[in-house]
Amino acid sequence: MSILNIISKIRKGKLWDFHGGLHPDEHKRESSEAPLVNAGIPPFLVIPIKQHSGRIGRLLVKVGDHVLTGQQLTASDHPMEVPVHASSSGVITSIELHTVAHPSGLSEPCIHIKPDGLDQWREREPWPDFHRYDAIQLFDRIRQAGIAGLGGAGFPTYAKLSVAREKAEIVIINGAECEPYITADDRLMREHAREILEGVEIIKHILRPTITIIAIEDNKPEAIAAFLLHPLPDDVIVRVIPTKYPSGSARQLIEILTGKQVPARGRSLSMGVVMVNVGTTYAIRQAIVEDEPLIRRVVTLTGSQFKKAGNAWVRLGSSVRWLLTQFSLVPEPRQRVIMGGSMMGFTLPHADVPVVKITNCLLAPSVSELPPRDDEVNCIRCAKCADVCPVKLLPQQLYWYSRAGDHENAEKYNLSDCIECGACAWVCPSNIPLVHYYRQEKAEIEHLREEAAQAERAKLRFEAKKQRLEEERLAREARAPAPARPVVSSDSDPVAAAILRIKAQQNKAGASGDLQAEREARKEQARQHQAEKAAANRDTEPTIANGDDARKAAVAAALARAKARKAELVGNTSDSSMINAEQEPAASADPDAVRKAAVAAAIARAKAKKAQTEQPVAPVVDMEQATEAVDPDAARKAAVAAAIARAKAKKAQAEANSASNTEKQG
Amino acid sequence: MSFAIAISPHGHSQKSTSSVMRLTLLALVPAIGAQLYLFGWGVLLQLALTCVTALIAEAAILRLRGYALLPSLRDSSALLTAALIAVAIPPLLPWWMTVLATVFAIVIAKQLYGGLGQNPFNPAMVGYVMLLVSFPVPMTTWLAPQAVSAQQLTVADTAAVIFKGTTNEGLNSYQLKTLVDGTTMATPLDHMKTETQRGHSVESAIALPHFSAISHDGWRWINLSFLAGGVMLFAFRLIPWQTPFAMLGTLAACSAIAHYLSPAHFVMPEIELLSGATMLGAFFIVTDPVTSSTTSRGRLIFGALVGGLVFLIRHFGGYPDGVAFSVLLCNILVPLIDKYSQSRVYGH
Repeated sequence: MSILNIISKIRKGKLWDFHGGLHPDEHKRESSEAPLVNAGIPPFLVIPIKQHSGRIGRLLVKVGDHVLTGQQLTASDHPMEVPVHASSSGVITSIELHTVAHPSGLSEPCIHIKPDGLDQWREREPWPDFHRYDAIQLFDRIRQAGIAGLGGAGFPTYAKLSVAREKAEIVIINGAECEPYITADDRLMREHAREILEGVEIIKHILRPTITIIAIEDNKPEAIAAFLLHPLPDDVIVRVIPTKYPSGSARQLIEILTGKQVPARGRSLSMGVVMVNVGTTYAIRQAIVEDEPLIRRVVTLTGSQFKKAGNAWVRLGSSVRWLLTQFSLVPEPRQRVIMGGSMMGFTLPHADVPVVKITNCLLAPSVSELPPRDDEVNCIRCAKCADVCPVKLLPQQLYWYSRAGDHENAEKYNLSDCIECGACAWVCPSNIPLVHYYRQEKAEIEHLREEAAQAERAKLRFEAKKQRLEEERLAREARAPAPARPVVSSDSDPVAAAILRIKAQQNKAGASGDLQAEREARKEQARQHQAEKAAANRDTEPTIANGDDARKAAVAAALARAKARKAELVGNTSDSSMINAEQEPAASADPDAVRKAAVAAAIARAKAKKAQTEQPVAPVVDMEQATEAVDPDAARKAAVAAAIARAKAKKAQAEANSASNTEKQG
Repeated sequence: MSFAIAISPHGHSQKSTSSVMRLTLLALVPAIGAQLYLFGWGVLLQLALTCVTALIAEAAILRLRGYALLPSLRDSSALLTAALIAVAIPPLLPWWMTVLATVFAIVIAKQLYGGLGQNPFNPAMVGYVMLLVSFPVPMTTWLAPQAVSAQQLTVADTAAVIFKGTTNEGLNSYQLKTLVDGTTMATPLDHMKTETQRGHSVESAIALPHFSAISHDGWRWINLSFLAGGVMLFAFRLIPWQTPFAMLGTLAACSAIAHYLSPAHFVMPEIELLSGATMLGAFFIVTDPVTSSTTSRGRLIFGALVGGLVFLIRHFGGYPDGVAFSVLLCNILVPLIDKYSQSRVYGH
């Protein structure tokens, strides 16, 4: 069905319906019959910097500044930044945290103003002939006026309208006001229909829609009549809809008026529909025509504990405590003060909370009027909740999953589509506060998602670090010179070579997964590495020694052997001790002996390399474990090999010594 | 000044589980009245017996499970189960069978599965079926409807039969029910089954004097009284329309088709709908929210399955009636039905 088709049906007066819904006691008459009054200038103002959904603007004022009524207090450099304004002239006494209107009683940064009582306005530039200004200019003023959706969500109006330009076919002015008790929009429509219609003209001027529908529930005949008193242009219709909670919810109202459903995770704009609350429409008109930023709103004060219930213009930032006194609240013990209506409103922890842009109602019911919820009992699966759910969810299933912490199934049963209207909890015969559990579950899922995102980020960081370290290692290795590799010659010491060959075979045989053999190989490798170093030292430091030195060297070698054995027993194959031990005796050597030792070392290296390539995982094994588990036999063999190598080195040294002596003598 | 904290919504429909249960009990009054008129004092004695047993059993098992007694006893769900058992069993059933069925229903079928709302099977039907499979003869031995019977039993006689087995004159329940004309006084469904199995046609079975005059009229009144209770439940908005509609519709449709194809073997839908436990099942058993489907489409499927099974068991099974078996069999399928009968969520 095309949008034009829908519009022609709408023009013919067709109405649709949404699934479920209910008819709680309305309690509207208590407050709707008294005319709007002005609450006046409170003794102090507490203006939260953030009163909308979106980002916080930067502060434009500082403590001690004198501000005028309507003066901008925070900047708006971004579409989602909505500025706040001074609701009355006065001096900024502080900028600090203060409890704000929030179910959990959170504190947020607030600008505290001591009004001077003069209510001196900043300079204003009214645009009564708004048709002369183009959309960009009008957008800018709406943005600077700090207008955010007054219906409840507080979405920045500028952001909503600017993306809807040229795309909106249907503009819906939401005057349904389906929540029990609240009559703020009703009263505004009754008394300011002309201004609201002017606001509609401004929105039309900006968005150029095909049709604009003012939707009002049929329980507000006076408001409907107020609009019909004025001549309406052809493309603006007032549509009376049947009273049913929650018809004022955006998605449900769109379904009532157009018969179409907004895609689950989409925006109504994708269907060419934009919805603006009547209060917001009025605020737009005030901003453009009067150059009055959003500094006040209509608040319903109702509930049987108020001596005089009604609606009032309240300056944003006024304290709830002050308002309650103004309207003569007579609190009962354990009084509940609800911000919002009886279905979706939340109780305030205390009265020192400021009125903000989304504060539409303060409800102070008596216990008999709204009895506290009885104790929750077992769900009997009566599915009354499913019958009233305007989103067609299965609340009883969501309840099981939410209670069980089964997030996967909760999401599969579309928990995220819940609009939290509370209809399910209202009908539940078992008194289960269903919507409360859904809010908790949603928060839990959100929290887990956030945690998962954090874990993902940490993982990426870790992997990046690992890669960096690996690159550094490669770079280091590329820079380091290759170790000197003595040429392998055929005339090596046959005994040593044979031993090494046998060991190599053993290593090879044991390499088939035998952990001990593997460890042995690694030990052997380490030892060969030391021998190699020793050989290299012999190559590079052929110091001249005398006869005394030979004896000294023998003693040192013995010492080194003892040390080496000890090190072996302790399992600490620390390089340094071995190297030092080997370096001392290797004071000097004749070329032949040196060559032989070098050959042995080379063979050992080759073997070690082979063992290494066969057992690439070996280095991962914990060193302590490895030594503990070493087969005494293997250790002994290794010790024998080491001793032989050492003995050979000593022999070579002795030969070298005697050779040098002979040479000297000769 | 600090305020009381409460969670939204702050209002409530003021309908509670216990009020649902009590209104359902109220809707059983016409049927209890009809049974009292047709079968005598036995109904009330059985009702008292099941109610007392149910409350004691519930209290005992709650105590064992470590739960507070009052909240659960106050919800009247045990009383409803008790009442449903009382109207389902023969009025002169020996007392210990009644007690057994009630204890079984409350303790095993309901509380051991986790209590109210957690039981997969309808407790009253579990208790009933337990007796039916264990003691088929007394469970299918119904007294001839008293309004047309010569035998008037006093309260004392009824109590004596239930608690001692014989009246003060020494007649047992079997003798009592054969007093009318010397033939076994079965329920109409039992009668039809026996007659058609003997090779007689439905017409000849119905034509037998004791069928229409004695038994069927009585059972029709009982079914109509359950129907009246069902209308009350609708008026109180306590039951959905889908389950009874689907069950009765399916049963009527099956019966109509079968009767049309083979009039000699199948009774007309009118008799089918007003015999046995049809109306009790349609308005008080399949509508039990705990054990039936929770989605609109699921309720239609669940009701239709029960109706179809009732027809099959009545005509092709071993028992004259099949409501209890059908309900229990379909209870097993409820999670499956629920899973695949969800309606499209807004915007999906």
